[in-house]
Amino acid sequence: MAGSIQDTFFEECEELLEAMDEGLTAIEGGDHDSEVVNAVFRAVHSIKGGAGAFGLDELVAFAHKFETVFDEVRANRLGLDTKLIQLLLRSSDHLSDLVSVARDGGSTDEAHHDVLISALEEYIEEEEEELVFQPMGLGGAFEASPIEAEKERTYNIRFHPLKDMYGTGNEPYFLFQTLADLGTLEVQLDDSELPGFDSVDTDESYLTWKLTLTSTESKSAVEAVFEFVEGLCELSIESDSDAEDEANALAALDAAFGVMPEEGGDQVAAPFEPPVSAAEPVAEPAVAETAPAATKAAAPKAEAAKSGPNPTLRVDLERVDRLINAVGELIINHSMLAQQIANLDVADLRDVETELEGFKNLARDIQEGVMSIRAQPVKPLFQRMARIVREASAATGKTAKLVTEGEATEVDKTVIERLSDPLTHILRNAVDHGIEQPEDREAAGKGRAGEIRLTASHRSGSVCIEIKDDGAGVNRPRVKQIAIDKGLIPPNAELSDSEIDNLLFLPGFSTAKEISNLSGRGVGMDVVKNAVTALGGRINISSTPGKGSTFTIILPLTLAVMDGMVVSVADQTMVVPITSIVETMRGSDDMVNNLGADGTLLSIRGNFVPVCDVGAALGLETSGHDQPPGVYLLVETETGQRSALAVDDIHDQRQVVIKSLDGVCGNIPGVAAATILGDGKIAMILDPESILAASPSAAAFDTERRMNNAIAS
Amino acid sequence: MKTKVLAIDDSRTIRNLLAAALEEAGFEYHCAVDGREGVDMYPDVAPDVVITDINMPNLDGFGVIEELRGDDINSKVPILVLTTESAPELKARARNAGATGWITKPFDDASLIFALKRVTGAAA
Repeated sequence: MAGSIQDTFFEECEELLEAMDEGLTAIEGGDHDSEVVNAVFRAVHSIKGGAGAFGLDELVAFAHKFETVFDEVRANRLGLDTKLIQLLLRSSDHLSDLVSVARDGGSTDEAHHDVLISALEEYIEEEEEELVFQPMGLGGAFEASPIEAEKERTYNIRFHPLKDMYGTGNEPYFLFQTLADLGTLEVQLDDSELPGFDSVDTDESYLTWKLTLTSTESKSAVEAVFEFVEGLCELSIESDSDAEDEANALAALDAAFGVMPEEGGDQVAAPFEPPVSAAEPVAEPAVAETAPAATKAAAPKAEAAKSGPNPTLRVDLERVDRLINAVGELIINHSMLAQQIANLDVADLRDVETELEGFKNLARDIQEGVMSIRAQPVKPLFQRMARIVREASAATGKTAKLVTEGEATEVDKTVIERLSDPLTHILRNAVDHGIEQPEDREAAGKGRAGEIRLTASHRSGSVCIEIKDDGAGVNRPRVKQIAIDKGLIPPNAELSDSEIDNLLFLPGFSTAKEISNLSGRGVGMDVVKNAVTALGGRINISSTPGKGSTFTIILPLTLAVMDGMVVSVADQTMVVPITSIVETMRGSDDMVNNLGADGTLLSIRGNFVPVCDVGAALGLETSGHDQPPGVYLLVETETGQRSALAVDDIHDQRQVVIKSLDGVCGNIPGVAAATILGDGKIAMILDPESILAASPSAAAFDTERRMNNAIAS
Repeated sequence: MKTKVLAIDDSRTIRNLLAAALEEAGFEYHCAVDGREGVDMYPDVAPDVVITDINMPNLDGFGVIEELRGDDINSKVPILVLTTESAPELKARARNAGATGWITKPFDDASLIFALKRVTGAAA
């Protein structure tokens, strides 16, 4: 149970950190509205509160410092200048690191931690009391009791509630009940102060109780019972134990309760001094003062609540996926039905077809609706990226600002999750290699601060994510030279500008002369490209020297449905993802060149591309192996290499619902998933990448292909 | 009959912790995610005791206490304040508004139940 609560705590932390980031970004942008400041404060506060419950001390301590500084801001005692805002931003980054460490283990940069702590402390006034983070009063009392539990004592308690106590919901009866749990209790009511019936003031308190408790509990435990009514009653507790004992208990009490408020000062003394009648009305003006003010403040907030966020529902992802699956079935079911009806020998099908059309539209509506449940705005992802740019700027000594657009654009949850790494990489690269040093920028007539624009938008059934920097652009002569040096392209290759730019995506390419501590982490842009293609997307770069570069990532809206080309291979129907097909062509004899025993090359406009017979690669009986069938699908794999897949025929291009084969049968090389076609037959969705990997024919030409492809891409 | 608790806290974690502790101890647990919702839910839930956080959006804990105490009918219902720090001025302010007592976050289950017992007389 505790574990799952802790899980929700970390989940909640994510949301709180997002809210905090959002608020801080708004503050950075000049919005110092008290609601924004409050929201950030609450987020930090809640993180601290939850962390305290799980004993995450480091997190608590840092959050506390952060919160304290922010409290000063909230109270308008501290102005938000650039320096402070930067500190708060860095602190929020660090807080998010501490949360990660608390959740996943590991450690944070201690030096950085200390720097931030002392920077924050500069803003904290010195008299700030040390944070005592332990359950107050009661905990202490409970801990103390076992030690003193041996001895049974008698406590003589005199308890006279002041009339204010009755306004706080404290009931003498319940207090006595609690006392009775500690030992044997005798209760005696003293109503001698009760006036005659005609002069009773119903608001006044006239009753006094004398209680005799015999208990093994310590005095502090007995006093703890009256914790809530301190200052609201006249109370004296005398025990028969020795003076030293009492002193100890008092010390414990003091430590546990801290110092009492000033306006209650007289009353605090009450338990240990003779009753002071003047003590009682002191609290009253304070109530009168605070109440209207708070009510006024509450009113606009209440209005704000009405226009607040829409109510939301948290649902297990698995349930949504089940629904998505069912809708997929529904769509398949529709196309089966349509096919069956078309096959019927009925003269007039018009009515049925109209209804069927309605069925189809409804099914599509449901599908879209369900898909939109999985869809999430890219905003949290984009917010995290602001931090990446901040960190990258700090590490490189450059000034770069991230501007985001289209944050409300919704993308499939899985896509968002898997986009984080590629985006991080591209942004680090943009700061590290794209944006110039401030001096260089000035010399080039640009502002000192670089700008990176991160945009998301929907574009005809797909999502487009654009990362545009206003840096120096791709240094083409250097990129080309590096590619030649690394043997990625032949020295005499003639490449267009765009071809040169796209060399960045080749495996083994890295433009950094030395691995910088930032973007160079042994990963190149090829990894980015792989990640994007794995999501069924494409990535492109365009660049203008001196003006900057733009990376464009095009992604499918969902991973549950995809566009596929329906082909037949060895009498089997199969689907090839459209995204991996560059071109389709009907081959003629003069295009095919046999090479050795099992190698075939296809000549396409002067380039040679290895041919892979899909049927053979999958181990299917092909009818005429000697003469490869006439249709070729030119595919580009994740590494940018091109090959031709030989299939028997192309039938159709359509949307198919992806059905995972996991758990149905093991991993089949060459097959990514399955789908159900309109005729009810199951068709395998091919994975060109692994078909090629498994094909001896393709592997034989590795070097040659790479060179060819570098030119072709 | 179970003692009904209405817990008002904007932190899901704290709500979960409260729920676990209270249900374990045999209380009937209801919760609201901010002060406004808490006050709105109050008449329907008709709790025996209210536990409220201080720092919340849409009406803070002080506001909750003031609004509840503003209605004579609720003047006797115990309201416990959940505070992160045991800052005396916070407590004083809460009490002046009409709070019955306080529980310090992070709370341990025993002290939570003890506090509830003192204000409701509920058997724990």
